[in-house]
Amino acid sequence: MGAEIWQALGLTFQLASITTLLLLLCGLPLAHFLNSLPNRFGVVLETIVALPIVLPPTVLGFYLLVIFAPQNFFGALWQRLFGQQLAFSFPGLVLGSMLYSLPFAIQPFQSALRGIPRFLIEAAVLEANPIQVFWHVRLPLALRGIVVGATLAFAHTIGEFGVVMMIGGSIPGITKVASVALYNEVQKPNYAVANQYAVILLASSFCLLFAVVLLQRHSRWFDL
Amino acid sequence: MVWPACLLPLFFAVETVPATRAETVTIAAAADLTYCIEDLNRSYQESHPDTELKLSTGSSGNFSTQIQNGAPFDVFLSADIQYPKNLTSGGFVDPSTLTVYAVGRIVLWTTKPDTVNLDRGIDVLRDRAAVKKIAIANPEHAPYGRAAKSILENSGIWAEVQDRIVQGENIAQTAQFAQTGNVDAGFVALSLLLSPNLKHIGRYIEMDPKLYPKLEQAMVLTTAGSKRPVVRAYFQFLQSPAARAIFNQYGFTLPAPNG
Repeated sequence: MGAEIWQALGLTFQLASITTLLLLLCGLPLAHFLNSLPNRFGVVLETIVALPIVLPPTVLGFYLLVIFAPQNFFGALWQRLFGQQLAFSFPGLVLGSMLYSLPFAIQPFQSALRGIPRFLIEAAVLEANPIQVFWHVRLPLALRGIVVGATLAFAHTIGEFGVVMMIGGSIPGITKVASVALYNEVQKPNYAVANQYAVILLASSFCLLFAVVLLQRHSRWFDL
Repeated sequence: MVWPACLLPLFFAVETVPATRAETVTIAAAADLTYCIEDLNRSYQESHPDTELKLSTGSSGNFSTQIQNGAPFDVFLSADIQYPKNLTSGGFVDPSTLTVYAVGRIVLWTTKPDTVNLDRGIDVLRDRAAVKKIAIANPEHAPYGRAAKSILENSGIWAEVQDRIVQGENIAQTAQFAQTGNVDAGFVALSLLLSPNLKHIGRYIEMDPKLYPKLEQAMVLTTAGSKRPVVRAYFQFLQSPAARAIFNQYGFTLPAPNG
């Protein structure tokens, strides 16, 4: 296989890894926060967080492209802070992917955190402050759901196409991820190379989902 | 073998499809025709109100791939001649209908004329401070992308600008990158900038035709389409003086009229 294929695949997995890592960092506190909200606000916020599941990626891509533009507030702010524009950049893709995969991480996080028996938390609260309780009680007890959420977010980012198509600009090594490279090969048309991408994407997606299903069926693996 | 009665309606349905389709023409048009083809179709509908025109616009390479895989288009207007020509060898299209309908013109466009001074010509692209990103269509499968790449190569600045190139999937997306201000300049089809939507936005300079291979745009009828009189009638219209006037209005150079 050519160097181009490895570059695109490497970029895809790099994007998925960084997105997943950041979703773990921001997603866990967010999930905890959403769980703690009273119903009235919680319902609205949870709906917003879940939107990327049903939203056409073109909606997200369109708004991001407008928001990223250097003459608009957010685009200008980013450029001033980091000296680089967001559209057609790797950080731009990371930001887009985080939004795109957010619900796939948050929802398993939320139900895992919610599933912790109340008496355990109540007992822990007597001994420790809320941050300690979060790190030493909630996180370990929710580990299975966290792993499921992270794996789903990773897999979903690999499957991203529409958003990248709209804000990526197909730059080799920077924004030309495997799904976009595959599309380009089909257009050329170069079915042999397209097939190489497709087989690898199919196999990796299968393996990731297989892991998720395994985790969900073997609930005792993460029992402490 | 006895067919269940419930399947019968399916057969009738299949049989009635050609009857309703007879008045429909399905058109695949290259992205540089996005606005032009709408005007052409409007003009055609005035004289043929009974014909239903179904239009798709997008990248020529994509349509070509789709036609090879059985897409139900009747007419394919490509942004080059190579894609429709390649289709003739596979029996997907009627080779006798292959016709050059226009010659495309490419321009360098900016929506930031204050910072990107086009008076300096294409050399303005060497200014890294003013031009941080340059949009071209994907040279691997978009004809205007290939033209843009040749222009940059023949001007001797490809190596200098390569790291600032952003690729649009087709020429309409390339124009949209520039329109939203996410790139500072872009190589786009003149036909897009002469549309009511984009007219008067920013500034453009036309590229010297000597710098890129001629953008001969050809159209062709698919094998299925060429057998249908409504499709033939529409195809004739595209070569008529009325249609040529519209192509001309969108900045296309016209080939000599067919006899």
